[in-house]
Amino acid sequence: MMRVAMLLAVLIVGSTGGEIAITHGMKSTGEPSRLRPRELLAFLSRALRSGWFWVGVPLMALSFYSLLVLLSWEPISFVIPASALSYVVGTLGAKYILREDVSPARWIGVVLVCAGVALVAAG
Amino acid sequence: MGHELRIRIKTLVMILAMVVCANAGDLMLKRGMTQIGAVEISAPGLRHAFASTVTNGTIWIGIVFLVGFMVSYMTVLSWADYSYVMPAGAFGYALLTLLAVVFLHENVSPRRWVGVVLICIGVLLVGQTRPRTTEVMAREVAA
Repeated sequence: MMRVAMLLAVLIVGSTGGEIAITHGMKSTGEPSRLRPRELLAFLSRALRSGWFWVGVPLMALSFYSLLVLLSWEPISFVIPASALSYVVGTLGAKYILREDVSPARWIGVVLVCAGVALVAAG
Repeated sequence: MGHELRIRIKTLVMILAMVVCANAGDLMLKRGMTQIGAVEISAPGLRHAFASTVTNGTIWIGIVFLVGFMVSYMTVLSWADYSYVMPAGAFGYALLTLLAVVFLHENVSPRRWVGVVLICIGVLLVGQTRPRTTEVMAREVAA
């Protein structure tokens, strides 16, 4: 039980931490001036040179491997609903690390989405 | 068109692209791996699986969709909040359930329907908040 909880924590912290690092990388890359192939390619080549992007990728890979290991221990109907907690953890990270302004409406929305994904994944 | 409205539309279009690419990519990978058959965990088995995946057209279509997902995800995060994009993307779960009912005539349990309704209300709530709440950061690259 202890090792399941720990690996679940690695899964959630890895995926949200990775996404937060990538978000930070993309914000400092700056948005493409227009959504045309040329500007998108220029944006991507800038984005791939962002250090934060390469912090995010291994964290997301770590999270993916924890998911595979967890799936070998526990049924998928437990693992996916439990990983829906990452919506709440991700929003906390967005608020305290990325300094996003999470309004009460957004918080209620996130909690509903988290519960909804857990129910859908549980089948 | 107002600046705020433009950002909102641009963000919703990219989230839709993310959801479509992620679902289409997963579906293609699933279809491709079914064509290949169960992978045997042994040296020759894995070699065979590797050779058959890299030569399978369906797998490559799936990979192209997943790259499309990553590109639209990175692009939308260059202007929109993570706490906006992440819950809004969960709309994909609701969409997948609806597609399964309409096209595959799957039976959906009441519990799953409750989940779909919660996701839709949650996404609508998040969707009406401002997509971007942080300041525009100074570009780190020299222009």
